[in-house]
Amino acid sequence: MKNKISAVNIWNNYNTYMMFILLFVICVFASPNFFSPRNLMNIGRQYAALTFVSMGMLFVIITGGIDLSVGSILALGCVMTATILTDLGWPLIPSLFAVLIIGLIVGLFSGVLVAYFNFAPFIATLATMTIARGIAFMISNGAPIQTPANTISLLDSTRIFGIPLLIVMSAIIVIIFVFLQRKTVYGRILIAIGSNEDAVRLSGIRVKRYKLLAYGISGALAAFAGAITTSRSAVGSPLVGSGLESDAIAACVIGGASLAGGMGNPFKTLIGVLILALISNIMNLLAVPSYPQDVMKGLIIIFAVLIQSTNVKYKK
Amino acid sequence: MERAVLLKNISKSYSGVKALKNVTFSLNRGEIKGLVGENGAGKSTLIKVLSGAIQMDEGEIQINGETLTHMTPKVSIDRGISVIYQEFVLAPHLSVAENIFLDRLSDGHKLGLTNNERIVSETKSLLEKIGFSDIDPLQLVGELTVAYQQIVEICKALSRNTKILVLDEPTAVLTFKEVRNLMKILRQLKNQGIAIIYISHRLNEIFEICDTVHVMKDGESVSEYSIEDVTEDKIVKDMVGRDLTTLFPDRETTIGEIILEVERLNAGRQVKNISFNVRKGEVVGFFGLVGSGRTETMKVIFGDDPKESGKLFFKNEEKNFRSSYDVVRDKIGMVPEDRKNEGILLNLSILLNTTITNLRQISKLGIINKKEEKEMALHSLTKLQTKYSDLEDSVSSLSGGNQQKVSLAKWLSSDCECLILDEPTRGVDVGAKVEIYNNINELASEGYAILMISSEMQEIINMCDRVYIMREGEIAGELTKENLKEERIMSIAMGVNNEK
Repeated sequence: MKNKISAVNIWNNYNTYMMFILLFVICVFASPNFFSPRNLMNIGRQYAALTFVSMGMLFVIITGGIDLSVGSILALGCVMTATILTDLGWPLIPSLFAVLIIGLIVGLFSGVLVAYFNFAPFIATLATMTIARGIAFMISNGAPIQTPANTISLLDSTRIFGIPLLIVMSAIIVIIFVFLQRKTVYGRILIAIGSNEDAVRLSGIRVKRYKLLAYGISGALAAFAGAITTSRSAVGSPLVGSGLESDAIAACVIGGASLAGGMGNPFKTLIGVLILALISNIMNLLAVPSYPQDVMKGLIIIFAVLIQSTNVKYKK
Repeated sequence: MERAVLLKNISKSYSGVKALKNVTFSLNRGEIKGLVGENGAGKSTLIKVLSGAIQMDEGEIQINGETLTHMTPKVSIDRGISVIYQEFVLAPHLSVAENIFLDRLSDGHKLGLTNNERIVSETKSLLEKIGFSDIDPLQLVGELTVAYQQIVEICKALSRNTKILVLDEPTAVLTFKEVRNLMKILRQLKNQGIAIIYISHRLNEIFEICDTVHVMKDGESVSEYSIEDVTEDKIVKDMVGRDLTTLFPDRETTIGEIILEVERLNAGRQVKNISFNVRKGEVVGFFGLVGSGRTETMKVIFGDDPKESGKLFFKNEEKNFRSSYDVVRDKIGMVPEDRKNEGILLNLSILLNTTITNLRQISKLGIINKKEEKEMALHSLTKLQTKYSDLEDSVSSLSGGNQQKVSLAKWLSSDCECLILDEPTRGVDVGAKVEIYNNINELASEGYAILMISSEMQEIINMCDRVYIMREGEIAGELTKENLKEERIMSIAMGVNNEK
């Protein structure tokens, strides 16, 4: 009896990892080009933006909300990075800060609607999504903006002990989120809010502020992911990031987050991002055309969530 | 008399725990039988066996003389058994008629479409039959009062040609007048030969409406009486298994200065001109029927609902609480009535639940000190003698009584001075009740000012130093310990004017 329970526990706790390892092994055997440092680091650089976005998304999802605006905020961040560097001629680091702040403000806008005006998160962020994309188009006049050489693209090209800076930054942001969730009052209360908002409010906690900040963080990280996207192409484009919210949500859910709130794990969400990355990468290596790729991706998400939902059954 | 139901030697266990032990229960046509017992006594399990919702392990069921070995919901409905649960099973966005005939919407229609004409006319005649022709069959159920929704549930049962009707705590949500109406309907049904099982905690109703009463305790049938041959005390003793005097331990306290004082508080229809106070070391009760405004009043005081006017003093200082955050900062805590939705975080750990009110004290720069956190939780939980196996277990793994203790424990760690306890013993078994009473006594003698809302008369009479009685959003009376008599409290709560 005891053993059976612990076996179930192991499955519940580690199924995301097991799925990742299984997928990784399949990839290794499916294509000789997969398991090379070059390919793996490429994956890391490609998916840095999604990692940032997913961390922000995760905290919103933990409160029981959702943030549909991340893709548009990413586009806004992408355009703003290019504009600030090119038109305003700011140096790189202050520009990145400015982009973070812009994202924070846009995120807080959704947060105010959700926390203080009781908008459904879906609706509030849907509106923000449209607005942010619109602003990105207005600023860029719908055309891509070239960035000066050796500025933002350094983000992509720099290596630290041979490891791309983007991968290092992704690792750091995940570590920060793991720390926030496990050790801090903030992380603790977000989980509590997602679990039962009324009880938290009646415990004398200012629930609205916590929720507001979750959207702010999500916005800031999405905008920063925009800067990362700019660094990859050296161009600020208002077209990027469409549909990114669904990838971020998928990553959180594959990582065991519950859209009902109160559950979620930053490290597992990273694994969720990597699972999405592997699926896409291996199919590219195997030269699967892009439309069937999407179908495959959808099916694998369903599979992943089915595995997750077995948790609930056993827990009863 | 013809026998309608015989449940013979029924046993049922859930993963090793015996929920029913050899229970025998019988019911005649045209009989109303009260089924009473503490929470967890096995009443609901017995009803579920009868309705086919669960399968018994051993025993025999006879319905109208027919022996049934395998009971399923369908078999149960086909034999004319209807259960009206405490929480209604109605679709609020559908009409009265649609709700009643939900599973037979197209009966009698040639093309298999919704047969509106038929269901409306049949609903009308059902409603007329029980004297509620003022309900419009086309009105949406969500727009009806709770009492009328119950009428819809009863019509639903009648429309199925019900011969055996089970009502689970039917009056819990009704006002005094509505209860009278229900009683009238039940008598009518009884005269039509319908057998009724009436589950209630309110013994005065059992005495009013029932012919016989069946007492259960710890999954067993304890006794059965004809209603003329039994007293309330006898039933309570059978239910509880001990005398009331041992249920309520004594308390030694010295009552001190006023901690919380409220003056002419107004907020909506449920909170009108409320003035009261509570002193250090005092347990002050709030009694009232459901809907009298007790919980609403506390919600306003706790800053969760806005007030319209009135003053609130905490330790002689006027306060303007705008949110629960303000209230908690001023050392007032509340254990809400609705434990699962407002009191605890059911899926999270005992540790997290116990310290959530007080994270600031155990954290630096927003980072929680795990060791201090654990000490704090252990301190509060031990003080309340909470039983659990691991601090990291989720609260849902605890019994109702221990969940309630966790809901209380979170306030002990934050050096509160005033506690609002809304129905602190709801849904906990009798052993845990005694423990919670002990907890309350201990807290009072330590100097906590305690406001206790309760619907349980015995609890109010035996636990409180002073009681405010609410009726229709107002304080209808105040009684001190010496004057706490059941009849007196009820007559004030119901607004019956027989005070001398």
